[in-house]
Amino acid sequence: MGFDRREFIKIAGISALAGLGSRAAFELLQPGELEATSASYAANQGALNAKRWAMVIDMQKCLPQEGCKDCMHRCHRLHNVPDFGNAKDEIKWIWKEAFAHAFPEQESEYLAERLHHEPFVVLCNHCANPPCVRVCPTKATFKRKQDGIVTMDMHRCIGCRFCMAACPYGSRSFNWRDPRGRNAQGEPFLEEINREYPTRNKGVVEKCNFCVERLAQGKNPACVEACRHGALVFGDLADDHSEVREILREHYTIRRKPELGTDPSVFYIV
Amino acid sequence: MMLYDAGKIIAGLVIFAAFFTVPFWYGGGKTSEMPKLELTAQARQAGQCVEPKERMRQDHMQLLDDWRDAAVRDGNRTYTSSTGKSYTVSLQNTCMDCHSNKDKFCDRCHGYMGVSQLYCWDCHLDPTEEKTVWASTDGNS
Repeated sequence: MGFDRREFIKIAGISALAGLGSRAAFELLQPGELEATSASYAANQGALNAKRWAMVIDMQKCLPQEGCKDCMHRCHRLHNVPDFGNAKDEIKWIWKEAFAHAFPEQESEYLAERLHHEPFVVLCNHCANPPCVRVCPTKATFKRKQDGIVTMDMHRCIGCRFCMAACPYGSRSFNWRDPRGRNAQGEPFLEEINREYPTRNKGVVEKCNFCVERLAQGKNPACVEACRHGALVFGDLADDHSEVREILREHYTIRRKPELGTDPSVFYIV
Repeated sequence: MMLYDAGKIIAGLVIFAAFFTVPFWYGGGKTSEMPKLELTAQARQAGQCVEPKERMRQDHMQLLDDWRDAAVRDGNRTYTSSTGKSYTVSLQNTCMDCHSNKDKFCDRCHGYMGVSQLYCWDCHLDPTEEKTVWASTDGNS
């Protein structure tokens, strides 16, 4: 038979060309049509914008309100933060920490009595140099270029918890349990649900997001809005004339563990 | 032409072909019925989704991916569609506001197509679902 190797390669080559030239191949290889549409994305009109969002917490106003947890309740309710009922599994976006834990390098036995054992309001510091972002292997945690907020893309989190090890402030919590579940007594971990915000699922890390979803709607963060005593002030650190800059000019403020080089954006008036 | 072990090879091919086409024999040549999607009154009244129907049918998964990245990563939460209308970029608050019948809209087609293993609703709230349904989802309580 006259079907040798040469003949075979010829036929194979011609077949391949014909295959590539066919309509089906064209349709398969052509780029998607999505780019061709005229749709566009933009930031919301009326959104609050800043170069670098920051917060000043006035403990002189906060400490006298003993037992007040308005900011924490509001934040945790709006963001569907579950209450697992034990400290080991606790999910924290904004919480209370003793002075010695919040500012370990400033602790001294001769510290002013009014500070010594008092609880400080702490939350994610939205560092300018965030170690959690640096260690995240999937870029699930990232710093927003436009306003410096350190936030998370929950779709990407694989729950490796590197960020929890990297964060020197304990601002990150892991979902050891399903936030939609119930405890042994049959009580749901989420008492109330904000249907405008998602929950998380078991196996991801979460943290304060400086209310990016509210800023986009032109609203201040939930904790700032909830505070009846004006102890939390939110504003643009990069703007000379912002309220936070005014306060920082007039008051002596401290930040948590600045010696680590994280450059926190949350300031405390003590 | 010469074929060694022709009997075995041909028998093997026949068995292979039979196995390979089992799904067709099993189904008896019938196709299962296409699911009928139901629109909510709100969706019907709107007349059109954020993009024309044909595009939504074909590309909604791509659009959802783009929406996710735009809102979460870029902070761009206003979508101006090719029809000129503007929408808030949000699965839970925009898509599900109109398509509030997930079971009769999303699920029917996704179940039929065998792509029901999506985990959107592990976190995003499904408007058809009551909180009580969640109780069964926690494995370690």
